[in-house]
Amino acid sequence: MNGDRVAFELKSAQFRRERESVWRELEALVERAERQGVRSLDARSLVRLPILYRATLSGLSVARAISLDRNLLGYLEALSTRAYLCVYGVQERPGPLLAAFFAWRLPRAVRAAWRHVALSAAVTLGGVVAAWLLTAADPAYYGTFVPPDLQGNRSFHSSTEDLLATLDGGDRGVGRLSHFAASLFSHNARIGMLSFALGFALGVPTLALIFYNGLMLGAFMALFHSRDLLIEVGGWLSIHGPTELTALILAAAGGLRLAGAILFAGREPRLVRLGRDGRDAAIIMMGAVLLFLLAGLLEGIGRQVIVDTGLRYLIGWSVFAALLAYFCLTGREVVR
Amino acid sequence: MSDASMRVQGASKLVRGVVTPEGVEVFVRLASLGERASALALDLAIMIAALIVLGFAALLFDTQVSLTFGIIALFLLRAFYFTGFEIAWNGSTPGKRMTSLRVLNRRGGSLAPAAVIGRNLMREVELFLPLSLVTAGAAALPTGPWTDIAMLTWVAVLAALPLFNRDRLRAGDMVAGTWVVVAPRRVLLPDLAAVRTLQHREADIDYRFTEAQLAVYGVRELQLLEDVLRASGDDVADMRRDVAQRIARKIGHAVIDMTEFDSARFLEAFYAAQRRRLETELAFGRRRRDKNDR
Repeated sequence: MNGDRVAFELKSAQFRRERESVWRELEALVERAERQGVRSLDARSLVRLPILYRATLSGLSVARAISLDRNLLGYLEALSTRAYLCVYGVQERPGPLLAAFFAWRLPRAVRAAWRHVALSAAVTLGGVVAAWLLTAADPAYYGTFVPPDLQGNRSFHSSTEDLLATLDGGDRGVGRLSHFAASLFSHNARIGMLSFALGFALGVPTLALIFYNGLMLGAFMALFHSRDLLIEVGGWLSIHGPTELTALILAAAGGLRLAGAILFAGREPRLVRLGRDGRDAAIIMMGAVLLFLLAGLLEGIGRQVIVDTGLRYLIGWSVFAALLAYFCLTGREVVR
Repeated sequence: MSDASMRVQGASKLVRGVVTPEGVEVFVRLASLGERASALALDLAIMIAALIVLGFAALLFDTQVSLTFGIIALFLLRAFYFTGFEIAWNGSTPGKRMTSLRVLNRRGGSLAPAAVIGRNLMREVELFLPLSLVTAGAAALPTGPWTDIAMLTWVAVLAALPLFNRDRLRAGDMVAGTWVVVAPRRVLLPDLAAVRTLQHREADIDYRFTEAQLAVYGVRELQLLEDVLRASGDDVADMRRDVAQRIARKIGHAVIDMTEFDSARFLEAFYAAQRRRLETELAFGRRRRDKNDR
């Protein structure tokens, strides 16, 4: 009977009879991985999964060549796709992922985008210089560059004593400080993310945003310069400013990276280039978010607690030097 | 080869091939805009629910601490809800899971965390900026009025982007090199030919077909017949009888006695014989697509 059956059986039916247990086993594994995540699989299953996946994939190739059973083909297509999604999903564990991010992904991505970083730094600086010169020549510009709700007590109508008072620390209760730091962080990080995402609009809004940011800073400096408070305001800005500006410039550089990929795709199709550069840009932006957090802490807590100008300079610029060293020097050798 | 596989997937305009690192092309169906919109709506509903829960939790603490807590939580939710889930859940969020969607690398490799981060950072302009514009008016824009018009135009273009490309990519998908597909699900049913081989062999004497009779139809008709045989329902017997008689007439199968004619058995026998014939041809490299393919 058995030999008879084999002779009579269709090749495709025989093929299915021999392979079906593999497919069923893979289906059960994929089902579990989909519901509870790949990490829920035990060690044995984890070893089996890629083996079963490759066997099924080769089965799919064979089935396409020999079988006309539509249900079988559809099943194998779907199973292969599902298994493919499991096997080639996000695989890395959080620990090594974070380690790789800090050890080399972030600094390398930043170095690779040095032109974009330089451009956004230059545009910010341009904004500072332009607003400083304009405001120094005619104080009326101050109101144009710094919106009234941000001016507070700081305008050309304020007395020097009032201006000096704004540079002092504020309320130093722990709750108040943490609230202040958190809102600074979340506000600035959102501006940074916006300037990143606007890079998709060919970078024009990104540049406008950071130029405007530079204008505000420049007008501010001009105001304090006119009262000979430049050193004090420098300290006030220095404790968090270098970090925050670095974060803003990095976020904008990420956005410009996107714009660059669209505008100057070179020989590659734009979508391919964008897909490649977009990942680097995202890494830069994640770094920027972390810097915004650091800047928020320095500004919201550090600046309120530390009122000595010299100490403010020291802290702010040594953090900046450390950042510079980190971005320039680390991760030159990739350890995978 | 691929045209048959495409048909397997339902001949949709949204079917795309992805070449796996093993070099085999598997087919995925891109999610339609409706599916993606419902996934997004579910995710937003979950986010809002989480906000409400957080709001109540914040009431338990004193104001300053709860404010800090609330600001951070709001930021994390907005910035990392999608990113966190898509990294942890292999390219899907709760909303996507409910609608069985997932994010996939367009070029076929693994889905890099950086890609997930990139595609979700773009939501800032695609989703949250328009949302805050709707809820807060132009005051939500952090820049001066002279950029308002330019930004509004761009936001409109970005939000409408998936409407204007074949692959239904939103800006985030373009940036990250990803697309959103429907996770396929199929049930493996018994092989019709194998069932017949084992059970009805002895009864086949009545239903034998000549080479000429098996040369009438092609793969398309065979697979339509498979659908007929797998169909279930009240009027399935009538449909089978109708199909069986049309096939018998077309191939010139002489039915001696209509009362003795068992349409289900006839169709099964014909299906098995036809599939054997076409699969043998296939093994020699000839795929007869349909009855007009000579």
